[in-house]
Amino acid sequence: MPQLPGKLDETLELLDMVPDRAERIQLLIDIADRFEEVPPRLARRPFSDDHLVPACESQAYVWGEDRPDGTLDFHFAVENPQGISAKSLAVLLDEGLSGAPLEQVAAVPQDLVYRVFGRELSMGKSMGLMGMVAMVASMARQKLAADGKSAS
Amino acid sequence: MSEIESRGYVHPDVLVSTEWVSQHLQDPKIRIVESNEDPLLYGTGHIPGAVEIDWTRDLNDQVRRDYLDHQGFSALMRRMGIGKDTTVVFYGDRNNWWATYAYWVFQLFGHGQAKIMDGGRIKWAKENRELSREVPQYPPADYQANPRDDKKIRAFRQQVLDHLQSKGRLIDVRSPAEYTGERLHMPEYPNEGALRGGHIPGAANVPWARAVNPDDGTFKSASDLKAIYEGEAHLSPHDDVVVYCRIGERSSHTWFVLTHLLGYPKVRNYDGSWTEWGNLVGVPIER
Repeated sequence: MPQLPGKLDETLELLDMVPDRAERIQLLIDIADRFEEVPPRLARRPFSDDHLVPACESQAYVWGEDRPDGTLDFHFAVENPQGISAKSLAVLLDEGLSGAPLEQVAAVPQDLVYRVFGRELSMGKSMGLMGMVAMVASMARQKLAADGKSAS
Repeated sequence: MSEIESRGYVHPDVLVSTEWVSQHLQDPKIRIVESNEDPLLYGTGHIPGAVEIDWTRDLNDQVRRDYLDHQGFSALMRRMGIGKDTTVVFYGDRNNWWATYAYWVFQLFGHGQAKIMDGGRIKWAKENRELSREVPQYPPADYQANPRDDKKIRAFRQQVLDHLQSKGRLIDVRSPAEYTGERLHMPEYPNEGALRGGHIPGAANVPWARAVNPDDGTFKSASDLKAIYEGEAHLSPHDDVVVYCRIGERSSHTWFVLTHLLGYPKVRNYDGSWTEWGNLVGVPIER
């Protein structure tokens, strides 16, 4: 697995230390409780489909906002009020990838979803959550390309 | 006549309202079971006294692609304190998608005393009814399950091929983009877990969620359901129908609607669905 941004790696290591399913679920719920929706200065409803995560059944949206240091802040919206996993992942991606080197963000593997949530996910849920990771990585690649840099 | 009965279903007794459930929270002959797609939801709060069934962990064989056998089902029932005389009421997220899936698996073992809470989790929450984070513990039940019977309500791939040959009716309950195969070709994003896109020839496309009212997740009335399945998809009550989706979960919802709400006597769920069909060598596919 390529090197993960430090903050994300720390969170994943913390999750790895909680093998008990019930405890891990509680930890992920606590993380979801920190979810903050995309600020109105960036987007208002109805959100543009340009930011809609394909295949995500919780109707998750992702935005990348330029930071002065050339990296990106990531913002999310989750329209399904029952999309707790999507909210939890959104918090992990925001806290773990906002401001991280874009080369590392671009290389974040989609299967980190399984490391976070375990293998007990439906295919649809897996695809939706992996779609969130893919969209964040894609935004980092687009930013690198726009800046004339390579993701590798 | 209750509001559910007034909707004209053939078997209205398979549905109970949120109010009915709220009045039976202490009933020892009732076990409320939450079954969700999102594995975190139950932990955020559930109907007081409800146990959780996780479809991957609890209903599936952990090695082969198949459901648990009767010994596994017996063990699950004992663990949840469900006896053969216990009425199980399922509910869950996503318009009861996973609740009907669990219901369908229970029917493979002949647990007939089962119902769905109309509207599922979203309706319960919208009505501001109580949610609890306390995980209940029930005394183990003595449950000896019948051997799993796959004949009546489950279809396997050879049976679907035979069904195709005999011009049997098929309903593909996936989204239009999955039905046409369009979704397999989106770069950078997850695909459908199949090598080929499209649908089984002759299948009509009726996305599963059309059977529910989007505002509160309740099932549409019988007349509205007939307009969809009989008016648009041209089914008739005596058709031999096979329903499918990607792995048989969404189609269990349509199986429930056709079997119980519209009273079709022969409906089978092809749980191999598109993840099997779309990877088979040489089977016919239509786009």
